[in-house]
Amino acid sequence: MSNSTAKLPPTLDKNRRLDRWVRINIEGTVTVRTGKVEIGQGIVSAIAQIAAEELDINYSRIRMMPVDTTISPNEGSTSGSRSVEEGGEAMRQACAEIRDALLQAAARKFDTSLEKLSVEDGTIRVRGSSDTITYWQLAPEANLARDATGQVRPKHADEFKLVGKALPRLDITAKLTGAAFIHDLVLPGMLHGRIVRPPSYRAKLLSLDDGAARAMPGVRAIVREGSFIGVIAGREEQAVKAMQALARGCEWREQADLPDVDAMPEFLLAQAAEDENLSDKSAASTAPGKTLTATYTRPYLAHASIGPSCALAWWHEGTLEVWSHSQSIYALRDEIAKILKLSPDNVIARHADGAGCYGHNGADDAAFDAVLLARAVEGHPVRVQWMREDEFAWEPFGPAMVVKVGGSLSVNGNVTEWKEEIWGNRHVSRPGRHPDPGLLAAWHFDQGYEPPPAVDMPLAMGGGSQRNAVPYYDFPGQSVINHAVKAMPVRTSTLRALGAYINVFAIESFMDELAAAAGIDPVEFRLRHLKDERAQAVIRAAAAKAGWKPNAKGDGTHGMGIGFARYKNIGDYVAVIAKVAVAESVRVVRVVAAIDCGCIVNPDGIINQVEGGIVQATSWTLKEQVRFDRTRITTRTWEDYPILNFSEAPKVETVLINRPEQASLGVGEGMAGPTAAAIANAVFNAMGVRVRELPMTPERIVAAMGE
Amino acid sequence: MTETIKLNVNGVEHSVTAEADTPLIYILRNDLNLMGTRFGCGLGQCGACNVLIDGNNVASCDTPLWAAAGKRTTTIEGLGTPDHLHPLQQAFVDEQAAQCGYCVNGIIISAKALLDRNPEPGEDEIRAALDRNLCRCGTHNRFIRAIQRMVREAKGNVAR
Ligand code: FES
Ligand code: FES
Repeated sequence: MSNSTAKLPPTLDKNRRLDRWVRINIEGTVTVRTGKVEIGQGIVSAIAQIAAEELDINYSRIRMMPVDTTISPNEGSTSGSRSVEEGGEAMRQACAEIRDALLQAAARKFDTSLEKLSVEDGTIRVRGSSDTITYWQLAPEANLARDATGQVRPKHADEFKLVGKALPRLDITAKLTGAAFIHDLVLPGMLHGRIVRPPSYRAKLLSLDDGAARAMPGVRAIVREGSFIGVIAGREEQAVKAMQALARGCEWREQADLPDVDAMPEFLLAQAAEDENLSDKSAASTAPGKTLTATYTRPYLAHASIGPSCALAWWHEGTLEVWSHSQSIYALRDEIAKILKLSPDNVIARHADGAGCYGHNGADDAAFDAVLLARAVEGHPVRVQWMREDEFAWEPFGPAMVVKVGGSLSVNGNVTEWKEEIWGNRHVSRPGRHPDPGLLAAWHFDQGYEPPPAVDMPLAMGGGSQRNAVPYYDFPGQSVINHAVKAMPVRTSTLRALGAYINVFAIESFMDELAAAAGIDPVEFRLRHLKDERAQAVIRAAAAKAGWKPNAKGDGTHGMGIGFARYKNIGDYVAVIAKVAVAESVRVVRVVAAIDCGCIVNPDGIINQVEGGIVQATSWTLKEQVRFDRTRITTRTWEDYPILNFSEAPKVETVLINRPEQASLGVGEGMAGPTAAAIANAVFNAMGVRVRELPMTPERIVAAMGE
Repeated sequence: MTETIKLNVNGVEHSVTAEADTPLIYILRNDLNLMGTRFGCGLGQCGACNVLIDGNNVASCDTPLWAAAGKRTTTIEGLGTPDHLHPLQQAFVDEQAAQCGYCVNGIIISAKALLDRNPEPGEDEIRAALDRNLCRCGTHNRFIRAIQRMVREAKGNVAR
């Protein structure tokens, strides 16, 4: 490793070999390997766009390859809206260096200098001469089997030809014409597996009568490891029927060890917690003024992917191959190897697209299920798909949380003191984040593993439960404390935006409560507490687009509200204004969002994410809550867990503020919290009723009216 | 008890051997290799598996094989192919109407059923016609815009 290597983007620094990222093919195409995966956010196409830009080739020449642990760069997990920031930056630098290597080869060939060369769609021309050569001709001699150096500067924003354009995604046509997902993979000799999950988290299998299932047509094997049970059959419907027969043959011992779903705040507040001070600055003077306090809560929320988790595994000749829609393919490989005491070199994991996941769902668990089943039929690939009921019951939920906020106002209506405390589980139980394995089936082995405790990222990297807990506003006095609850009775992990959903909901609701107490317009109140001009700009842009009228009151049923955040306090800037109509229930009629995510790679891709994030957050906020009795998760089907439908989905208008000179920032998650707050603030604006508990069901509205 | 049952799918006659109560979705996907029909819930609740049977929009996860016997089934593959997209699919591509895209084919099928009985639906009619299709990514507005584009283009009066 040379000491002269300039600073490289972190994931390129970890995967320096240029030929891991890009291969120039003699037939005029370019194979590009990113370590980031498609989870419905359009990221793979955005990275293709960046590669085409830096290489100076047409976008249509790019062939994006799914992550494969035998060759792809290891870029960790695809999460936290970091894919363009991390994966895009690494790709940008790698491609700039590859373009340079190709130009150097051309310069040598024509005995000229780099300055004399220009490139268009992979064809290099020597200025003032008729000499041309293409990347495809140069491919054999340009040495890409070397490390990135950081010595080549990627393009400057004003040189961009493709970045910033609304190019179509590479994957959409396939998805709406036929096979495109992991669910659609077929391997020679493939069998179908299904799992019989326990009826509740800590149920123990007392006895299993598998006679009926064994006698069923097509059944090839039944796998039992402790309380883990699965079945393999030749046809998919045979596997389903055998699974149902097996379930009838099980006798379980269960325990009533879940808290009261309708008293989660009380439960969380009563638990032992690891306390951490997230911010502590004391005000210079404490001039007397109004003081307010309020408590905000959120329930457990499900990822509730439309497609159930699915995976394929195949043991053959001492190798295990796994296909998964996991967000962390390398970590999944390592975790499987660790549990089964294999060398990671003998395990190959590959990504194939799943349905949108919005965080850590059952993807990794399904992969391990497939591995365990396939081991019983060596030589045959086994495809496992979860049942909808198991997807709901066993996926890790986004944790329930409580946020208490207190604030004081000066006589001229400025916040002098802000006090905030949050309670809930930490948010990350992805595989690879803890010494104990995070794969579900391993908990049910006889020599089982305890479910690993969830962890948080450090706040400087965006945190988890504490994400956006510290207000982005400038308050003279401020204290923020996280009480990370240790007991984890319900399985939890990352759900889109993590703690930012409720933390921003609480902060932005309370800002409105303070603004009302101070008699100041909510937009004006926010602006006067923000120093960052980019933050002010999104608020002004949203207000202008929405036709915000300062101090306008709703008419008893219609109202408008605003929410703002800078995601993770280091990511994209988002201001959301919601317009609601309240009858028996809250209807969100229209939402306007203004976003500043630095340099825009694909404006249409960003608008797609923003529209989707807002509709999803509206659904969480108005309707969603995972339910359980004292023993079992009772949310099992879409009837138990209604989500927003087409008639209920709000119209969304998006204003993008492009800053080509700034770093690109991810947009997948930033709108969740502001949307929730904008809706609550609009309800208050409409009817003077403050709803602090999520979801804002009709019953909650009625209850809040009585307060 | 397996039976041999005749199906007409996308205009092609097939005969398949399976238990007569097998949900149609497994036959379409695993026997006929028509993977565009997606399994979402298996409970008739989400619409990801929708197909047209004699022109009616049905959940193929909730339809036994025998119920499709002798009838005409249309899947997304029967609308168009990557090289020859159906105008509805083309409109969805033009609007980039997908995030993960898992729900989309069921939505296109529901839209087809709607447009076949009402070629010029208003926005509220489109929304109502899709209310039994779930989309978790929140792509609702794009789908509506795609269907509206299709309606406009069918009228030969293309906006923009
Ligand atoms: S899979 Fe058939 S309706 Fe959901
Ligand atoms: S686009 Fe992902 S579920 Fe609809």
